[in-house]
Amino acid sequence: MSEFHEELRIVLAGFGGQGLLFAGKVLAYTGLIDDREVSWLPSYGPEMRGGTANCNVSLSDEAIGSPLVLDPNVLIAMNQPSLEKFEPMCVPGALLLVDSSMVPVKVGRTDVEVCYVPATKLAEDAGLKGLANIVLVGKLFAMKGFCSWDTLEAAIKKCVPAKKVEMVQKNLDALMLGVSA
Amino acid sequence: MAEEKVMFDRPHALLPIVTNYCPGCTHGIVNRLVAEVIDELGIEGRCVGVAPVGCSVMAYKFFGCDMAEAAHGRAPAVATGLKRTHPENIVFSYQGDGDLASIGMAETVHAASRGEKITVIFINNAIYGMTGGQMAPTSLPNQITQTSPYGRDVITAGYPIRVCEMLSTLDGVAYLERVCVDSPRNVRKAKAAIKKAFTYQSESRGYTLVEVVSTCPTNWGMTPQKAFEWMRENMLPYYPLGVYKDVVAEGFENAAEAALKRAEACPMVNVQKEA
Amino acid sequence: MSEKVLMKGNEALAESAMRAGCRFFFGYPITPQTELAAYMSKNMHKVGGVYLQAESEISAINMVYGASAAGARVMTSSSSPGISLKSEGISYMAGADLPGVIVNVQRGGPGLGSIQPSQSDYWQATRAMGHGDFHVIVYAPSTVQEMADYIYEAFDVADKYRTPVMILADGMLGQMMEPVVLPEPKTSLPEKPWACDGHKNAREHNIANSLYLTAEDLNRLNFERFERYETIKQNEQRADLYLVDDADIVLVAFGASARIAKSAVNAARAIGIKAGLIRPITLWPFPCDCIKQASLHAKAFLCVEMNMGQMVDDVRLCVAGSKPVSFFGRTGGVIPAPLEVLDCIKSLNEGGR
Repeated sequence: MSEFHEELRIVLAGFGGQGLLFAGKVLAYTGLIDDREVSWLPSYGPEMRGGTANCNVSLSDEAIGSPLVLDPNVLIAMNQPSLEKFEPMCVPGALLLVDSSMVPVKVGRTDVEVCYVPATKLAEDAGLKGLANIVLVGKLFAMKGFCSWDTLEAAIKKCVPAKKVEMVQKNLDALMLGVSA
Repeated sequence: MAEEKVMFDRPHALLPIVTNYCPGCTHGIVNRLVAEVIDELGIEGRCVGVAPVGCSVMAYKFFGCDMAEAAHGRAPAVATGLKRTHPENIVFSYQGDGDLASIGMAETVHAASRGEKITVIFINNAIYGMTGGQMAPTSLPNQITQTSPYGRDVITAGYPIRVCEMLSTLDGVAYLERVCVDSPRNVRKAKAAIKKAFTYQSESRGYTLVEVVSTCPTNWGMTPQKAFEWMRENMLPYYPLGVYKDVVAEGFENAAEAALKRAEACPMVNVQKEA
Repeated sequence: MSEKVLMKGNEALAESAMRAGCRFFFGYPITPQTELAAYMSKNMHKVGGVYLQAESEISAINMVYGASAAGARVMTSSSSPGISLKSEGISYMAGADLPGVIVNVQRGGPGLGSIQPSQSDYWQATRAMGHGDFHVIVYAPSTVQEMADYIYEAFDVADKYRTPVMILADGMLGQMMEPVVLPEPKTSLPEKPWACDGHKNAREHNIANSLYLTAEDLNRLNFERFERYETIKQNEQRADLYLVDDADIVLVAFGASARIAKSAVNAARAIGIKAGLIRPITLWPFPCDCIKQASLHAKAFLCVEMNMGQMVDDVRLCVAGSKPVSFFGRTGGVIPAPLEVLDCIKSLNEGGR
């Protein structure tokens, strides 16, 4: 598969428990399935417990150097501290996906593309509490088309643990919610 | 000509090597008892010993079975590695008081608490012998050593550790006995204890340890006879001889069964695991 | 061949070790290597092996010593402070010629340091992995794939030369996920006639030991061991060369920092600077030959490390004063940025130091 050439350097950031590492894993699996170069790097340490959590995902057709994303061209921000921390690092023209039900402020920069999605509220209203992360993945898919729907669906199936198989459909619903948001 | 019969010989498991032990030291007796037990149980071919750091540091040369030399205090950890790799083998460590109860106390306690199926032969002579007579974790209160020249002051140097008593609280332990080797009768009792420990190990009953209250004529500065007298007079009241744990005598098959009974009020202990 | 899977570096190390025939793991919890031990605790019993959480790193390495003496394929893993505790046992293993694999998923130091990625144990791994005259073979993987590949190889090399082997990784490589193709499980392992596994009344007793009280004996054994080290130096030097042939500025970097250095080399080439990268894969034996070779045409060398400058010593020894050798480093968990490295390359290319 070589139809998707754009290199994505993605930072997903928010509170621990919002499923950012999981969302990053879904993105990474799309790369694995499409035989692209992939890296996934979590922040780790005491800050994981209830504090901020972030994860870096690179999807590329070239070998990936540092898995640490210092110049993201995609930022998924699920709380205000994360937006404030990572907004300045984004390259001009980057896509910022902001969960506007969690982040009360607006992006200050004018040289980036901003998309506000009330992902947490949308998910809760649709009976998909806890899947705002996947709503945002759906939105990213809709905007960047970094893989096919089949690949994305397969990635979800890879990431949902076998013991929670009933969660597959909910994740797919959340993706669709994001696509149409 | 009258038929000749061998009445006394070197045990097969003890190699014909001159030991480094001082004259009058009890290490020689205990080395021999261990070797006799190995012979009598017929286990030399599947026995692996661990020598410590201390006076018995050269024991890897003396025993005829396979031997590993451990770092100071780490013999129970090395024995764990040997035993876990070949559970069918009989693994013993042979350690002094500094090795076992000071630098190696963590390894001792945790090997016992895991119920490692090993046998520990513990020589307690209340002093560091090889390094020339320093205070040991088992040196008695007011005992004069090179590093307690005014006598062990328990206020600053703390109290001696009674190893058998302490280990008897641990659930992984199958058998603990404290013996000494100051008379033929006591030597026979010591051998019986060592044999029981090895036997329990071969029956996978749990962790086993035999503490031999010993002497160090050289560093105590006494003749061997005087050293035994001092030991009987001072050490035995502090370290009473006897069996400190024997799960079989208590009516259990092994340490695990005894542990289960002891903790039967705790629901977690009785959780049935899925196969 | 196995299919490509997405795995954390720590998990790839664990799975590949089991495929290499490792059946004994003795560990103690420490960040950031935790996933390795967790993976072993979940899976080792499925292949008939033993996972044991020791009471300390000290105990864990001595269990490794015992299992290795008994003939097992055995490993332990830790991170920097824990490796310091294991260093005594590693010295004893080297002194007793016992094979085994030790993984160090490095974090920042000294002391308790940080839990973020670092390469500050280079000196420890290559110079002073314990007391006494000895070396351990040190592999420095740079990708999750290499984590799997080199630990798989490490067990064979350890047995071949009867020496401890270290995998020197770091928190970034341990924590990150990348696609990896796992090696096939090994079906036959070497015989170990020296093992202390019970002589079965069929041979003399075997002894695992590092004590030699006669000076001449220990002297002779150390010389013999160093002859073996010479063989290892000849046979086991490994490095990956990237655009070195015509390079003016040759970067030298290992592990995670080599990934950053490579990005910087690409960026330099894009602006017309002839930069290249030598990436040592074995840190001991150090791949001296290719660095000497490169010194014939390079104008300058630049070491990039996540420490205060450790491997740079070895590079300087190889270059032997013939060309300038500069250093760029970050510590404490700070990851060097490719652009910072590019600035160094530019400066060197303009004749700066």
